[in-house]
Amino acid sequence: MSPFLEFFREAAAVADAEVRKLRRDPTELLSRAVQPVLWLAVFGQVFSQVRGIPTGDLRYLDFMAPGILAQSILFSAIFYGIAIIWERDLGIVHKLLVTPAHRSALVFGKAIAAGLRGLVQAAVVYLVAILLQVHIRWEPLPVLTVAAGVFVGSCIFSTFSLFIACIVKTRERFMGIGQVLTMPLFFASSALYPVQLMPGWLQALAAVNPLTYLVGALRGSMIVGGTSVHALGTSFGIMLLVFALLLALASKLYPGLAR
Amino acid sequence: MPSSAPPVAISTVELTKRYGEFTALDRLDLSVPRGRIFGLLGPNGAGKSTTIKILTTLLDASSGSATVAGFDVAADPVEVRRRIGYVPQLLSADGALTATENLVLSARLHGLHGRIRVARVSEALAFAGLEAVANKLVRTFSGGMVRRLEVAQATLHRPEVLFLDEPTLGLDPVARKTVWERLRQLRETEGMTILITTHDMEEADVLCDELAILHQGRLAVLGAPEALKAEIGPDATLADVFVRFSGAVLDHGGSYREVRESRDTVRRLG
Repeated sequence: MSPFLEFFREAAAVADAEVRKLRRDPTELLSRAVQPVLWLAVFGQVFSQVRGIPTGDLRYLDFMAPGILAQSILFSAIFYGIAIIWERDLGIVHKLLVTPAHRSALVFGKAIAAGLRGLVQAAVVYLVAILLQVHIRWEPLPVLTVAAGVFVGSCIFSTFSLFIACIVKTRERFMGIGQVLTMPLFFASSALYPVQLMPGWLQALAAVNPLTYLVGALRGSMIVGGTSVHALGTSFGIMLLVFALLLALASKLYPGLAR
Repeated sequence: MPSSAPPVAISTVELTKRYGEFTALDRLDLSVPRGRIFGLLGPNGAGKSTTIKILTTLLDASSGSATVAGFDVAADPVEVRRRIGYVPQLLSADGALTATENLVLSARLHGLHGRIRVARVSEALAFAGLEAVANKLVRTFSGGMVRRLEVAQATLHRPEVLFLDEPTLGLDPVARKTVWERLRQLRETEGMTILITTHDMEEADVLCDELAILHQGRLAVLGAPEALKAEIGPDATLADVFVRFSGAVLDHGGSYREVRESRDTVRRLG
């Protein structure tokens, strides 16, 4: 069998097991939906009234909806590392690593599962957005673009999380680092305000922040009148590149979890 | 093809693992013939886990070499992985998956697909005696059931060599005997070579054909249980042998860490 086919079969096996676990624990999916609801329903409503952030012709609530979708993807994917540390403590990682499966396929399978989970999360955010009368685009192409962005974004941040988990190796340290990393990623992106409003140093950070490109892709496709700073091709190109890089790094470090 | 396979299943030559100044494993020479049940004994920190991790390709040696099922663990780790099974110390079947799902995942990662996979998974369920609970979540299983599942899971792909780290730690006496029976059965029917680590002197005595006692990373003594006991004296037990060669007082309670881990396991299975 070709190694390429083997790789995808192994990744599919891991993703399948992960998705089965997710399906059995929908409470976690639902509890993760609380945060975007609060951001949109409270923060978004208030800031729409204030009109403190210039978003052109766009209502602020419409402007921030794609940002909050991106944020919810980031926040739930970033805790994937906790699950990996848990699996390490139980010896599950050791068991996976003594199989002949490609290390990168084991990591890729987890990323696919995170991507699928992200899609469910996106459906919840869409539901909230509909209730708040956000002007959503329903043509097939924009919806598919959002789905693709959500999928790739989830892959990026879950693999980033796995990479961090491989370095810190304990739950306590991971919890600390998780908080320290997510907030700057969130604030140094265009999720809540246009990049042009940021001071120069923050703009520089935003330019290397994958979340900025995810928000860009989503904002250009999810809402009526939304525009992206970057071309769609640029956003997806950069996201895929970042994912490939993280996948390579995480696959390199993953076997270290069993040492 | 057992006839063309090498007669030695596991061999190490001056196998050494250093962590900075500390030498966890010091020039270990071992040779385990095919079809044996081989026990690695020794107090905590003697190098048992380090040895098993190097042999299962989870850890790189600092120097020396090891071959498993005819392949060098450093040069051909993937070939080694195709031919081994491994049951870690903790009960590590995934509690959030069913017995069948755990088996299917392992089978897929070993490249078993289609009809072969279906057949092997149902054989494995029968072997573990878990057909009636095949579609129940593993977190509802007793420790003995999980261990049987894990042995079945680790042998789905018919490995030549099976490694088990403390296979019966935390199990009740009945479950313990059942696991021993399964291991003997694998040796008889498949000609499998089995290497276990254990703190359990009864397990070492009745299950293993040959024992190696490690002490501070070195091989302290090697031999069949009967021969080792005879060396000490007419009424010697294996515990006496252990105390003599490992320089350790046998601690029936186990270390704090082991007790905690087995408690964790029990709690998890709740």
